[in-house]
Amino acid sequence: MGRSFNTIAFDPSKCDGCGDCMRACASVKYDSEDTSRSLIQILGRETDKGSAFELALCRQCGDPKCTTVCPAGALTKNGESGVIEWDGSKCVDCLLCTIGCSYAGIALDETTGRVSKCDTCAGNPACVPACPHGALRYVTTSNIYNEVGDWEDLFAPGLAGCQGCNTELLMRHTLRRVGPDTVLATPPGCVPGMGSVGFNGTTGTKVPVFHPLLTNTAAMLAGIKRQYKRVGREITALAIAGDGGASDVGFQSLSGAAERGEQMLFMVVDNEGYMNTGMQRSSCTPYGAWTSTTPVGKSSDGSHLSQGKTQDAKNLPLIMVNHRCAYVATASTAYMEDLYEKLDKAIQASKTGFAYLHVYSPCTTGWRFPTDQNMEVARKAVETNFVMLWEYTPDTGVHFTRPVDKPLPVTDYLKAMGRFRHLSPEQIEHIQKKVEENRRIVERLAENAHAA
Amino acid sequence: MEQTQYLIVGSSHAALEAITAIRMHDGEGSITLVTRDPHLPYSPTVLPYVVSGRSAPDNIALRDAAFFEQNRVGYRPGVAVTRLDTTRKVAELADGSAIGYAKVVLATGASPAIPPIPGLDQVSYHVLRTLDDATRLREAMQRSRQAVVLGAGLVGMHAAENLVKAGANVTIVEMGPHLTSGYFDQTAAGLIEQAFVENGAKIRTRSRVVGLAPEGGEIVVALEGGDTLRADLLLVATGVRPELDYLDGSGVATDRGILVDDTMRTNVEGVWAAGDCAQARSFYGDEPVMNAILPDATVQGRIAGMAMAGDPGLKPYAGGVPLNTYHFFGRHAISVGSSAVPEGAQERVRFDPASGRHLKLIMKDGRLLGIYGVNEFFDAGVMAQLIQRRTDLSAVQDRLFEQPLTVGRELMSQIWR
Repeated sequence: MGRSFNTIAFDPSKCDGCGDCMRACASVKYDSEDTSRSLIQILGRETDKGSAFELALCRQCGDPKCTTVCPAGALTKNGESGVIEWDGSKCVDCLLCTIGCSYAGIALDETTGRVSKCDTCAGNPACVPACPHGALRYVTTSNIYNEVGDWEDLFAPGLAGCQGCNTELLMRHTLRRVGPDTVLATPPGCVPGMGSVGFNGTTGTKVPVFHPLLTNTAAMLAGIKRQYKRVGREITALAIAGDGGASDVGFQSLSGAAERGEQMLFMVVDNEGYMNTGMQRSSCTPYGAWTSTTPVGKSSDGSHLSQGKTQDAKNLPLIMVNHRCAYVATASTAYMEDLYEKLDKAIQASKTGFAYLHVYSPCTTGWRFPTDQNMEVARKAVETNFVMLWEYTPDTGVHFTRPVDKPLPVTDYLKAMGRFRHLSPEQIEHIQKKVEENRRIVERLAENAHAA
Repeated sequence: MEQTQYLIVGSSHAALEAITAIRMHDGEGSITLVTRDPHLPYSPTVLPYVVSGRSAPDNIALRDAAFFEQNRVGYRPGVAVTRLDTTRKVAELADGSAIGYAKVVLATGASPAIPPIPGLDQVSYHVLRTLDDATRLREAMQRSRQAVVLGAGLVGMHAAENLVKAGANVTIVEMGPHLTSGYFDQTAAGLIEQAFVENGAKIRTRSRVVGLAPEGGEIVVALEGGDTLRADLLLVATGVRPELDYLDGSGVATDRGILVDDTMRTNVEGVWAAGDCAQARSFYGDEPVMNAILPDATVQGRIAGMAMAGDPGLKPYAGGVPLNTYHFFGRHAISVGSSAVPEGAQERVRFDPASGRHLKLIMKDGRLLGIYGVNEFFDAGVMAQLIQRRTDLSAVQDRLFEQPLTVGRELMSQIWR
């Protein structure tokens, strides 16, 4: 199986061209103050909107061209670290690699007459901590994928999900992480629709899985967990439910199990509606969103105009905080490191009490965005504070895990998908206000936690 | 008779890329590589450095035996294909055996083109295309006091520099008007010539050898016009051409090389060709050309492999763009793109005699056609992208001309970061 690798990421919007990264690189690599020797090159340029900054740096390509055009076998991709390594004893200084690279990632160092390229300082790049603006990040998410890739995949190969859905990612990662000693409950929704309950008389998972009613998921799972405890077997009781199954008709049993502190991990995959049955609204559908039951347009007799959902979404995770669960957190697949930390904590908490994990899941079919945009939509939700990533334990209270200090306007999120296309300026203003209100509520909880 | 799904003929860049591309898509189909060269795969481009002693012959392999094992490739070095029977789909080999194939890629490279000079068959001379050639030339070079190099292409110039550095008196004889024509323009050639002359080499351009004869352990080189040169070492470096005799009767269409379409397929079903032996579309026109350069061999090999394996991700060949780099006496020259200046195109040249920095841009309708530099470094891969993408550079062309390195990087970061 292919490995994934760490990478240096650049956010040009945070860069002011100060050059600290280049000074750090030249200093660490060559003990030089000459930034032209830096292996990371930041380039400034004037635009009508002011200065913009561009980057030239080795991408450590997965399918590198420089290695294929080297006549001396001096460039090789290290299969462990992902770094493209240069062997100076083999290199003949022919510069053909600079022809192969489309990214100016390997170039002539005029001081030595040899080529030079970034080697990520053996996994501890000097440029990243030198950046005072956070424009450079060393992304180590790959560790998760490599580690998870070594664990057993407990879902059937091939799932019947919509193209571009992130739920398969979520299902496979979660089940790999909780491991084989798990009993899984998947009430009606996208998850069983994608295949967890199986096809043709076989289950879709390698762990016991059952298909409760929408109404009784938490109750059934609580009973099963108690039976296993009674016979002395340690299992993780895991529910993967949709927002409809959790926040609407399933809420009574969910609330009951949480209040009793049943030992389970209840994961909600929140795609903000009943997406597998034809995209009806749920209590988690946000204000203004189109669904098939909150339509957009004139009524058939022309008497009134409908503009999407007229109520605000229920904030289910905050309601779960008010159950004083052992663990409550929100997460997003655009922030896998964050999600994984929370998953680990939730699994741990489920051994002694009720753990609740609320994962936002953009729905390419129901929200109307291109199938390759799922992560981008998920990221925009967080960057605009439409979705906030936080966690709660009874001891530490609520705190943000990925605070967004300078949120983008909510329109950046809304315009990424079709279900908000019809919004009037007043509706957008309403949503922006709600975003800020929600933010203040969580902030207040977080402040109180600190005060305590 | 042995049977294989994919037969690879040749073992250099195009062949190796074809193997990688096949294995990306088809992990199971049997692959067999036959090559006449007895050594582990190497690049002809590295050979001048073997001659100079900079690269040890046992340290230039592009792949090791483990590569063939990991990719489950039957590796048969030291066996040439002598005939290709495309009707029965069988390759006959020099050792008398034969191998049946479903699909074959011909990546047999090129061999030195030997000019028809009277007396050449009477004298002992060197060429430089294989590792064995390089080893022989290196040995002979140690003893040489008086060397003549025929041909001022990159192979000849590289070898001549090595001979100069080894202490020989070197004369370079070139028929054309200037050195390295076809790679670099006249100004660049002038700078290269100057460097050679400063280091003691003699250059005779517009000069033709009319006869060769052995005399007392040396070679007498007779030039047109009556001059004669004496040499204890003669290197013939007058270009390369593919050997295609083994294709006689195969029905595979050839011109100067093996004619291929934009997926490197020949006119015969089940037969592909890539690299220096192939004649494919030029980026600048429809006429098929020989673009016998390393980067193009890798591109063509990749395409051929993908086409053979039926990889749906295949993008057709965009046409060859000349790309060359050349190091001489500590200086470097880079050429990217066409050196032709078509009607309506502008040539922009700047040259600083003090630093020896030379830069030339050829632009048409705001698009870059070619860029050449001596001692002026720019990212050739970025420039090649600007050419191939036909990026409109009207707004930045003055800046690009002033600062090709930084402006090229800016454009890269904006357009395809």
